[in-house]
Amino acid sequence: MNPTTNACQTVDWQAEACRVAAGVRRRVLEHTLNNNGGYLSQACSSAETLAALYVKIMNLGPSVAPLVPLPFPGVPGPGNSDYFTGAAYNGPRAPHLDRFYLSPAHYALVLYAALIETGRLAPDGLAQFNQDGASVEMIGAEHSPGMEVTTGSLGQGLSQAAGVALARRLRGETGRTWVYMSDGEFQEGQTWEALAVLSFYKLDRLGIYVDVNGQQCDGKMADVMNIEPLRQRLEAFGARVFQVDGHDIEALAAPADVEPDGRPLVVLCDTDPCRGVELLRRNAPKLHYLRFKNADEKQLYETALAAMKQGV
Amino acid sequence: MELLQKVHAHNLVAWAKDRPDVVVLSADLTSSCEADVFRDTYPDRFFSMGLTEQNMLSMAGGMAREGLSPWIHTFAVFIYRRAYDQLAMSVAYPNLPVRLIGFLPGILTPGGATHQAIEDVAVLRGLPNMTILSTGDATDAESVLDVAQAVDGPVYVRMLRGELPRLFDASEPFRLNRARVLSRGSDIALLTEGICTEEAMRATRVLKQRGLSIAHLHVSTLKPFTDPQVLEAIAGARNGVITMENHTTIGGLGTAVAEVMAEAGVGKKLVRIGIPDVFAHGASRPYLMKELGLDATALVRQVERLTGESFGITEDDLAAVRLTAVHSEAKAEAL
Repeated sequence: MNPTTNACQTVDWQAEACRVAAGVRRRVLEHTLNNNGGYLSQACSSAETLAALYVKIMNLGPSVAPLVPLPFPGVPGPGNSDYFTGAAYNGPRAPHLDRFYLSPAHYALVLYAALIETGRLAPDGLAQFNQDGASVEMIGAEHSPGMEVTTGSLGQGLSQAAGVALARRLRGETGRTWVYMSDGEFQEGQTWEALAVLSFYKLDRLGIYVDVNGQQCDGKMADVMNIEPLRQRLEAFGARVFQVDGHDIEALAAPADVEPDGRPLVVLCDTDPCRGVELLRRNAPKLHYLRFKNADEKQLYETALAAMKQGV
Repeated sequence: MELLQKVHAHNLVAWAKDRPDVVVLSADLTSSCEADVFRDTYPDRFFSMGLTEQNMLSMAGGMAREGLSPWIHTFAVFIYRRAYDQLAMSVAYPNLPVRLIGFLPGILTPGGATHQAIEDVAVLRGLPNMTILSTGDATDAESVLDVAQAVDGPVYVRMLRGELPRLFDASEPFRLNRARVLSRGSDIALLTEGICTEEAMRATRVLKQRGLSIAHLHVSTLKPFTDPQVLEAIAGARNGVITMENHTTIGGLGTAVAEVMAEAGVGKKLVRIGIPDVFAHGASRPYLMKELGLDATALVRQVERLTGESFGITEDDLAAVRLTAVHSEAKAEAL
């Protein structure tokens, strides 16, 4: 998806990633206004990371899924041959291509916005968000666009991706396996089990991008349950850790260019949970889900969206 | 009766020989779960997961998605208690073909409450997409592998280890959702699972000698539970029905039978023999079976209660029973 390889485009990947990131914030804000609430802060913190992943870092083929998502196919089971996952939005499966796993499934709205901005999902697709009978779920599941495993129970995405990465290595595949995580998931014991196993089996073609926004449902992580020093903890578990400015797309992309050396790759993306939507700071430290307190507050966000659309 | 050692350890190796997709995951209980011979024979297909059960369950899901056939080996409690959310969301929800080989069902270990899987069937019966199998002898332990592998979805197996009796002829394999009919009869219907089948056979041998007519089914598939033989046996039972399981009386075989009877409108008495809604503790198998009312003597007493007859059977009568391998009804000449 690197647009510099496209003869029709002259824009460099950095500009494209910035455009995607801005589009993600705008779409999520717009959606939050239309739905009277939403996971806005997650878009603020992760927009550049998801943009860098889709535009530059991940080696994905074009989407092989319908632009407008199919309805919910029913739950998986032995009697349901119609079931599909949302992986096809990330392109075909091939040994040399990368895979993507979104672990904090409540970031689904942000992922859908990123898929729209990268031409993998129709803008109309978002109209199905959280609608009865739709696959575009609020807390994404494996049938939701861009998702391949069910990760809404936090801490399970990394282990599932580790199983995928191990199987791919047994098959001699060269494609990498990327996992997007939230920092809150490092409170889960399972995450550390997975890291021990990744290090032990030297699964260095698995890479983790972590949204270190310091926020969780109850408030600031430092007040709810501290996980710092995260970098040192990860290094002690054998991970190869890069800590970058999570809003600097070049810094975000750089660790993916480093040749794997046997250690699982972890990129800690230091992010601002209110980036690009200054109004949101009024809600700190309760940023997990935005609900408008009254019409006046909603109007302020409408004004912010209008300014965003004008590129102010 | 023939007694065999480490049946699963050797059988798994032979069975997996020409199945290159079969991989074994173990959580630091490799010899204890008889996966050591597999590990030594196919080191490239064995994955030591250490004490990371939650990770192991989710990782098995990821491996199954990629076409591998993961066979998890650990104690049953560490599958359904410690890693239940992972089992439910990373394996069962996506209906992935992960084989969960759970050792030490019920009171088979002196390891105490931490190691005794007394409510595994109750927990897992409630989990959609899950198939639950239970082994009662060496033939079951051998042939359950084919049955599990043929299921499109996750399968949990209550597996036996160590020294196993061969109660059922080796030529009659485990069949999915089909009980073994050990005897037909018209006084009581007796449905048993796991090690309780062997224990029940000690009592039924003597009870039959004293004139009681028993329809005895060894139930090896606990979910699904739609085997028509169950209602057939119950329909002909004049005095009522007894279930006997190495599990709490809540949510296991006895409950499954009660549900089937109620839905069919069968108004007969049902006695559920099992662990009576208490935790067990660290003690030997015979001690716990006696204490919890799971042994042959307990079965005789419940039969007497149900029939209103006294058979005058003593513990010495039961201790003298020597079991030999039985053929099912399918081979009537051997009965």
